[in-house]
Amino acid sequence: MSRKIRVLVAKPGLDGHDRGARVIARAFRDAGMEVVYTGLHQTPEQVVEAAIQEDVDVVGLSILSGAHMTLFPRIKQLLTENGADDIIVMGGGTIPEVDIKELKAGGWVEEIFTPGTAIETILAWINTKKNAHALQKNRKS
Amino acid sequence: MINKDDIENIKKSREAWQDNTLSKLPPCQAKFETVSDIPIKDIYTPEDIKDLDYLRDLGFPGEYPFTRGAYAPMNRGRQWVIRQVVGVGTAEETNKRHKFVMQQGQTGMSNDFDLPTLIGLDSDDPLAVGEVGRVGVSIDSLEDMEKLYNGIPLEKANHSFTINHPTVAILSMFIALVEKQGLSMEKIAGTTQNDPLKECFAMKVFVFPPKASVKMLVDTWEYAARFLPKWNISNLNGYPTRDSGGTVYHELGLTFASGIQYFDEAIKRGIDVDAIAPRISLMWYVHKDFLEEIAKFRAARRIWAKIMKERYHAINPQSWKLRMHAQTGGATYTFQQPENNIVRGTIGGMAAVLGGVQSLAIACYDEALSIPSEKAHKLSIRTQQVIAHESGVTSVVDPFAGSYYMEWLTNEVEERTWKIINDIEERGGLAVCTENGYIDRMLANQVYEYNKAVEKGEQIVVGVNAFADEEEKGKLPSEKDIFRVSSDNEEKQIASLKRLKRERNQLAVKNALDDLLRASEKNENVMPYCIAAAKAYCTEGEIIGALKKVYGEYEPSTI
Repeated sequence: MSRKIRVLVAKPGLDGHDRGARVIARAFRDAGMEVVYTGLHQTPEQVVEAAIQEDVDVVGLSILSGAHMTLFPRIKQLLTENGADDIIVMGGGTIPEVDIKELKAGGWVEEIFTPGTAIETILAWINTKKNAHALQKNRKS
Repeated sequence: MINKDDIENIKKSREAWQDNTLSKLPPCQAKFETVSDIPIKDIYTPEDIKDLDYLRDLGFPGEYPFTRGAYAPMNRGRQWVIRQVVGVGTAEETNKRHKFVMQQGQTGMSNDFDLPTLIGLDSDDPLAVGEVGRVGVSIDSLEDMEKLYNGIPLEKANHSFTINHPTVAILSMFIALVEKQGLSMEKIAGTTQNDPLKECFAMKVFVFPPKASVKMLVDTWEYAARFLPKWNISNLNGYPTRDSGGTVYHELGLTFASGIQYFDEAIKRGIDVDAIAPRISLMWYVHKDFLEEIAKFRAARRIWAKIMKERYHAINPQSWKLRMHAQTGGATYTFQQPENNIVRGTIGGMAAVLGGVQSLAIACYDEALSIPSEKAHKLSIRTQQVIAHESGVTSVVDPFAGSYYMEWLTNEVEERTWKIINDIEERGGLAVCTENGYIDRMLANQVYEYNKAVEKGEQIVVGVNAFADEEEKGKLPSEKDIFRVSSDNEEKQIASLKRLKRERNQLAVKNALDDLLRASEKNENVMPYCIAAAKAYCTEGEIIGALKKVYGEYEPSTI
């Protein structure tokens, strides 16, 4: 039996809109994942440190302040610098389509879920991604 | 009160109606509830308000218990204030937007701040990267306040600052501006939000620990009671409690529990309840349940009147009278099919007006996407003007009074609110319940259940989980619909802050901050020292920084 999927739900930025992050964290937990929620006002450095320390498979970033074009790249960059490039990065928030395209094209985030997305959709996406990553890892080793 | 025999007869007839007539037409869903999960029956009759005493429970507008309105003529006397929220980028940019909305007919000025300002950080703080001027105006010092009000006569406008934990710094900068122009604060009308506890448990934009934040709030109240006769020193705000998932009774209950915590502390400080209560107003969310919202506004006025008269023994009728601002709810707006939000805003605006608010903001239809464009701002103002001048609802005061359902629901909302207020009181008050995470858990449970209901389709959201056009599914708003703040604002703001820090009188800055620190250590009222610091062009970060050294910073428990 493989270990449970471990997810870090993080809330970078200075705003207090944690409603989405907390609903997601709880839904992931109900779906059998191990979830760590960082709380508010996290710097990219703190998020990455927590992700590595907690040995997570997925980092979910909830960003509603509008600073997504700064925060996603910064976090992805720090993960890479710390040898944690294999962690899946996904995001959520009110993020415009052009920005999502740019962030995905730049490799800063694998997927972004906007408000109204069903929890089921996100869970299914994580499972697919996780399996794909596991396959890739096996091939490499 | 209705005659007992009449009630008996109505009951018999109603039961017969249910058996003989209603039962032939089954309902289309298993249960009916308000958006706050209050069950709704088949029909409401005099049975549901049989204990209602008109003079005791409703009375007349402008008189205790104010259920029917805060003022006798309501909108027949003076129309509510159109107060749309404004705050974008630098002080210069916001100044332009203020002048724009004033030309469109807005009668009150409302300032929203960027996140670094809201949590007491200067624009050049490392945590502020990417956030300067993004969701509101950036104010670092008196110099920015001067730019914000350039060309706007202070005495003519009615001002509003959506600021909470850093109120001592931001209000001090405004007072410094007024005094520098040779004017007196005695003649200036306005409002500071200044409701710190809900920042800790709902809005989550905080600086100080709950109890310390209440101490500084009492400092501002004490100062206002003496020197700011036309200023509404606190605008207790239920909006974030609702937006973060609370029901209508959480919104009222937690907001009034905050008020009780503040008044208890203020009275311990020796402030006379009648010197401060008339200067406190309330702000509410407008959720999507039209009738429940109207009931809420009516219940709120009655609860406040009772708290002031029965709990605090206020004797000035102005203290019993609750004046309210409302804003249509952000979380009821959707990212999908954003034009639908125009309709949601109109329904919400109607509920607020029928509920008798004194001032109103209709959230702009593009707010689920970004901060509003000029076009969206104008449309929200026009919506209010259509309600005011075309719909006819302003010609009559409290038209829903006497409706069996409305009076029953008003009572029901009031009863459920008292339960929350009493529960918190028994657990040691709201500051304690915030610090130990009790409130946070209460709201988190509520929002999780609501979200599950939306996902299961029990709560229909038009354009999201129902009536979503196939071709629009998964389609995101296009670039042309999104207003963007120019990206060089942050650089400009930081450059101007750096220049200020170089050019100001350094000795005066140091002395003012030293004095503030000493006064805080002695637990004195910090207001006079903050005003002196603002006049010396100390920055917000420096003023709040000095206070943090003494009062600490809030670290909430996580789930």
